[in-house]
Amino acid sequence: MADLTTDFLGIKSPNPFWLASAPPTDKEYNVRRAFEAGWGGVVWKTLGAEGPPVVNVNGPRYGAIWGADRRLLGLNNIELITDRPLETNLEEIARVKADYPDRAMIVSIMVPCDEESWKAILSRVAETGADGIELNFGCPHGMSERGMGAAVGQVPEYVEMVTRWCKMYYDKPVIVKLTPNIADIRVPARAAKNGGADAVSLINTINSITSVNLDAMSPEPMIDGRGTHGGYCGPAVKPIALNMVAEIARDPATAGLPISGIGGVTTWRDAAEFMALGAGNVQVCTAAMTYGFKIVQEMISGLSQWMDEKGYKSTSDFVGRAVPNVTDWQYLNLNHITKARINPDLCIKCGRCYAACEDTSHQAISMSPDRVFEVQDDECVACNLCVNVCPVEDCITMETLAPGQTDERTGKVVEEAYANWTTHPNNPMAKAAE
Amino acid sequence: MTTPQRSDGLKPARLDPATLKQNFRDAYPPLDAHEATVAADRCYFCHDAPCITACPTEIDIPLFIRQIATGTPEAAARTILSQNILGGMCARVCPTETLCEQACVREAAEGKPVEIGQLQRFATDTLMAAGTHPFTRAASTGKRVAVVGAGPAGLACAHRLAMHGHDVVIFEARPKAGGLNEYGIAAYKAADDFAQRELEWLLQIGGIEIRHGEKLGAQISLATLQAEYDAVFLGMGLGGVNALGIPGEDKDHAEDAVDFIAELRQAEDLAALPIGRRVVVIGGGMTAIDAGVQAKLLGAEEVTIVYRRGQDAMSASGHEQEHAQHKGVRLICNAAPVGIEGNGSLTGVTFAYTETRDGKLVVTDDTFTLPAGQVFKAIGQTLSGAPDGLTLERGKIAVSDSGATSVAGVWAGGDCATGGDDLTVTAVAEGRDAAEDIHRTLMA
Ligand SMILES: Cc1cc2nc3c(=O)[nH]c(=O)nc-3n(C[C@H](O)[C@H](O)[C@H](O)COP(=O)(O)OP(=O)(O)OC[C@H]3O[C@@H](n4cnc5c(N)ncnc54)[C@H](O)[C@@H]3O)c2cc1C
Ligand SMILES: Cc1cc2nc3c(=O)[nH]c(=O)nc-3n(C[C@H](O)[C@H](O)[C@H](O)COP(=O)(O)O)c2cc1C
Ligand code: SF4
Ligand code: SF4
Ligand code: SF4
Repeated sequence: MADLTTDFLGIKSPNPFWLASAPPTDKEYNVRRAFEAGWGGVVWKTLGAEGPPVVNVNGPRYGAIWGADRRLLGLNNIELITDRPLETNLEEIARVKADYPDRAMIVSIMVPCDEESWKAILSRVAETGADGIELNFGCPHGMSERGMGAAVGQVPEYVEMVTRWCKMYYDKPVIVKLTPNIADIRVPARAAKNGGADAVSLINTINSITSVNLDAMSPEPMIDGRGTHGGYCGPAVKPIALNMVAEIARDPATAGLPISGIGGVTTWRDAAEFMALGAGNVQVCTAAMTYGFKIVQEMISGLSQWMDEKGYKSTSDFVGRAVPNVTDWQYLNLNHITKARINPDLCIKCGRCYAACEDTSHQAISMSPDRVFEVQDDECVACNLCVNVCPVEDCITMETLAPGQTDERTGKVVEEAYANWTTHPNNPMAKAAE
Repeated sequence: MTTPQRSDGLKPARLDPATLKQNFRDAYPPLDAHEATVAADRCYFCHDAPCITACPTEIDIPLFIRQIATGTPEAAARTILSQNILGGMCARVCPTETLCEQACVREAAEGKPVEIGQLQRFATDTLMAAGTHPFTRAASTGKRVAVVGAGPAGLACAHRLAMHGHDVVIFEARPKAGGLNEYGIAAYKAADDFAQRELEWLLQIGGIEIRHGEKLGAQISLATLQAEYDAVFLGMGLGGVNALGIPGEDKDHAEDAVDFIAELRQAEDLAALPIGRRVVVIGGGMTAIDAGVQAKLLGAEEVTIVYRRGQDAMSASGHEQEHAQHKGVRLICNAAPVGIEGNGSLTGVTFAYTETRDGKLVVTDDTFTLPAGQVFKAIGQTLSGAPDGLTLERGKIAVSDSGATSVAGVWAGGDCATGGDDLTVTAVAEGRDAAEDIHRTLMA
């Protein structure tokens, strides 16, 4: 069986599956049970400064959207950082770490944006024996209104400054957790790197209103008739998170900066995808909150089976493997021509491909009176919409035209050579092809 | 006090009241809201959906299912009822496995169609529970239409006519309206007096008067109806039954299955209804299955349905055959009755095995006798008492696609007319379409 042991910033864990800083890691009771269930590490629920802890709302904290059979697709929360006293958390962290030396124990921190506050808490955290810290620059609600969380994460200068303080007053690895509520994720990532961060982790939750109560005319979750935006997470945010991870991984300014991938990781496959795009490990929150700690067993067995199948001996064998293939649109090969192909043996004649192509694409699918659906090559632009709406997996596939074949739509012979927009005659800024 | 199942003769109360109640409750309990959402989510919202084509009333199935999925079952019901005013009953009695659900692409895909019938029931039940009637009448046209028979065909026709602003009088021979919905459909398909509840709900449209005890050919004649009304619709179903034509057929307890079912449907107390210890049902259609199953549910120890051709030739669907076998009813195929036995009282039925030679059914000499104290004949209903002057075709009133008979001003639909299978949903479609044609004709 493949070896899932990961070394992230010198922190070893038996597998790359960590629990993200959130309710699953809120206290000793949870974290002990998570370790027993097999999680490789945890990022402890974010600690605040000494003094009276924050308070949470006493009404509903979560909103959600669902798919079929109430499968949870997206979760939204308006919870704040830990609402338990700092001392309690520190004692518990020390105790659990001592009992589970082989697991990663990272402490998430968010204190006011001044050097003294950070200095004060860092020494206390160091005493716990935890393996590292994560700076929560992401919380998009509540804390940001008080100048913390996303309010820091959205200002690159602050990110750099606070990171630098942490590197100054703390010896072990510093991970900077980024907020996705920003136009260009590369900017805060560069700032973190400039401040000396050992790694970035992303994404934190996305500003969101999950639904509106149409009787009360208030956003949900509704507290006494009013609501506020919350942070969105779960399967629905994965595509956004993957892109942000990839952007950082392929940015020359941050290339090589370790990444902990977060956002919608629900299965081993999600984890493998984040890691292929450059994440050294992943963090999970919503999936655990939805199904409980046991899901890590599927993640472990699934990832190792896949690694065995692919011949990967350790996770480092495939981390970042997909990064070189992430490129800009302008470098995509315009001479790569495909056509949709419908497999009549698999087709169940629902007509969705027809409706989609006829109404909203290129009128490239014909429908006979006895419901035989066929792609008309002279119209098909290979947009892939039919593939995406067909309910039968692999029923419609994209067939690549070999060089020398004629594209019936354009009447042009497919060329073997790669050619992209930068040299295309329609591009006013095209460089002359040599 | 219950009669032990093994005592001979026709006896009431072979089962205790609790078991009877259990046996005759809703056979396919309704979906709850969550189940309906899950079931609805399986629909692919097909383009030009095959299920619509397979529905005789052409309900926009993908649309109503999407309306359920998006939390508006009342709107779904409106979609259903605008095509099929008896959508509630059809949801319960349609052999969906040979209609919409057979055509569902998910049947082709994975042998598990979208549960269209159950979803239709969910929507229509929701609307009916609210007690509202979603249709209103157009301004009065001053035209009057006579409808003969308050079965599915007559009711669908009457409702559509009333909606268009015509005044309708239904002449109904029996004391209750509903036709076979009330007197024929298996009790467990239309539990909780559904036929009457649906009828009352349907009549909320207004403009429909039902006159009971008025039988065409007895109290009234086609000529008077033609004279007094602007149009006539005949929806009188099939009142006659085929005879076996074998010795002993006139014995006591050799009954028509439809009479047995009608009696059962009207019984105030099922425990008071006598049933034989060993029951033989002759036939291979829906009526045979329903008579057999209900005899078994009443407490008959042994029930055997005997059909003269092979099992695949039975007009009862595979699903219904399975249902009967699941309830413990035995099926014997390829055997035809040749005599009803007994000196005085009935003791059994003798059958001869049949063979098909050159496409013809031949009775062999190979016989066997099934002991029985009661026999139900279910070998088909026939049209009886069709008014003179109408052209008949294969024993039914000949009609055009829109239900017009050979006589101007007279339309017909449902089981008594040609076209389509003898099904509730077909009767509804034909009644509705005839109403549209009557409306067009009257307003021209
Ligand atoms: C036992 C049995 C079970 C069935 N089960 C199913 C099933 O599960 N699913 C399904 O889809 N179909 C089923 N059918 C078929 C279905 O019931 C019929 O196709 C449908 O009822 C036909 O409707 P209709 O309006 O044409 O006739 P009917 O329902 O027969 O209605 C005719 C009406 O006309 C009245 N009438 C008759 N003669 C006169 C007259 N001379 N004057 C005035 N009124 C008159 C009758 O009293 C009756 O009310 C079943 C039929 C039987 C017999
Ligand atoms: C209820 C809840 C509370 C959270 N609290 C914190 C927190 O205190 N600190 C933090 O860094 N992230 C917090 N997060 C964000 C998660 O750690 C994680 O970044 C996010 O949920 C995306 O991962 P997921 O899609 O696996 O849930 C919280 C998330 C949820 C759902
Ligand atoms: S790929 Fe796009 S254009 Fe081609 S058939 Fe499919 S939907 Fe139509
Ligand atoms: S969407 Fe797929 S299954 Fe449906 S008709 Fe098109 S090819 Fe066939
Ligand atoms: S055929 Fe089946 S999946 Fe398609 S619209 Fe009809 S019910 Fe839905």
